[in-house]
Amino acid sequence: MGVNILGIETSCDETAAAVVVNGAEIRSNIISSQVDVHQKFGGVVPEIASRKHLELITPVIEEAMEEAGLEFADLDAVAVTYGPGLVGALLVGVAAAKALAYGLDLPLLGINHIEGHIYANFAVTPGLEFPLVCLVVSGGHTDLVYMEKHGSYQVLGKTRDDAAGEAFDKVARTLGLGYPGGPLIERLAQSGDPGAIELPRAYLEKGSLDFSFSGLKSAVINFLHRAGQRGEEVNQADLAAGFQQAVADVLVDKTIEAAKGAGVSTILLAGGVAANSKLRADFMDQAGRRSLQVHVPPLILCTDNAAMIACAAYHKFLRQSFAPPTLNAVPGLKLGEERYEGNFRRIVF
Amino acid sequence: MYSIETYSAQETGQLGEKLGSLLGPGDIICLYGGLGVGKTTFAQGVARGLDIEDRVTSPTFTLINEYYGRLPFFHMDAYRLDSSDEMADLGYEEYFYGGGVTLIEWAEKIRDLLPPDRLDIAIDRVATAEDEDRRRVNLWPRGVMSPHFVEELMDIVCPGD
Repeated sequence: MGVNILGIETSCDETAAAVVVNGAEIRSNIISSQVDVHQKFGGVVPEIASRKHLELITPVIEEAMEEAGLEFADLDAVAVTYGPGLVGALLVGVAAAKALAYGLDLPLLGINHIEGHIYANFAVTPGLEFPLVCLVVSGGHTDLVYMEKHGSYQVLGKTRDDAAGEAFDKVARTLGLGYPGGPLIERLAQSGDPGAIELPRAYLEKGSLDFSFSGLKSAVINFLHRAGQRGEEVNQADLAAGFQQAVADVLVDKTIEAAKGAGVSTILLAGGVAANSKLRADFMDQAGRRSLQVHVPPLILCTDNAAMIACAAYHKFLRQSFAPPTLNAVPGLKLGEERYEGNFRRIVF
Repeated sequence: MYSIETYSAQETGQLGEKLGSLLGPGDIICLYGGLGVGKTTFAQGVARGLDIEDRVTSPTFTLINEYYGRLPFFHMDAYRLDSSDEMADLGYEEYFYGGGVTLIEWAEKIRDLLPPDRLDIAIDRVATAEDEDRRRVNLWPRGVMSPHFVEELMDIVCPGD
């Protein structure tokens, strides 16, 4: 008999529920992707997302249970993302998880969204060896994290302005490509020459493991602006390829530097931008030359999903690190902190 | 209307910092300007002026970031919003009237929700081939937002003008 955990994730625009056994056997992974709605609007539309969460949470949970072939009575715990994210979106998942845990008399686990992304790797490769370094890259986050053991996080570097995924989306918008920006830039870049247009790489001060993508975004805008003033045609594929390469170079170099500095031989990638095939290929290539092992989850576990939440919850379950029934949404939750009770700064609603 | 030119991202940030040091509870700053003009850079300066130590990053995906310094600082971004209704859904009033400083990027997206008393700031690219990072920052105090407040800023930034 394994540990059956129902995971729930509603921190941004996806309503998701999953059942995972022993943190590795994904019995169901339901993501009610709203990308069709968002494509019409050229971006993630949060109000729609928030209302959709409410409409979708019950059917998504029911579908996750049905696909897993389990009854609610078969569950051992309920887990939910309680931050960071948008308070209105988080609350839908937190309320559902609390109600289920209370009604079924099951332990409740509160999971950090970033922690979930990291643990997508453990769902695929449960025996990953510590210590390790993980790069979490998505629309809202660019975090370089050192893990000494399960549940232990030391943030080595973060973005100082825009997240990597945000830079992809904004550059895609500037190029008139639409949404979501990451896959569209990746596709366009395939026919471009990454070396044709020189763009800056922000390494910041020596030794810093922080990131900055705002300057790169401005450089792309300035390049287009200059070409426009001169009436020159811009090769969009070259620009997309140059931009993608500039992002990949900094992410790869800093992550490898972090791994070397921490003396670890295992690197994990996580988050939506880890779905970028150029980034994956560069990581494999650069790390391979230095005998570092790189792990990347399959695409379905890179973007927001609930299987990663259930997987992170399994390891927390083993540590018996349960959340009280008073668990609330914490929009500004930081990696490695638990903010379960009495220490909230402010909850809107 | 008051107008200031900056010649680098650093100067845009410094202008924000000066403004931040003058702000009080309930003040609302609305920022306008295209992609990459320096809205977040300006907002980071405002945060420094409010003695906020946390790193202030773009709220484009997160929509609302909260920080705590000399005063609470609510950093919003309406870039991804399609209408004012969506902002209403986020509980914006709690922030506007929450006793802190609220700064809204892409405020034009939620124009009909903006309170009458506020400081509108538009950042325009006036880049030339020599000065790619040159920006014009226009400030409009609205409602009871006292022009003295902005004059004080002008005195600090452009003494003697």
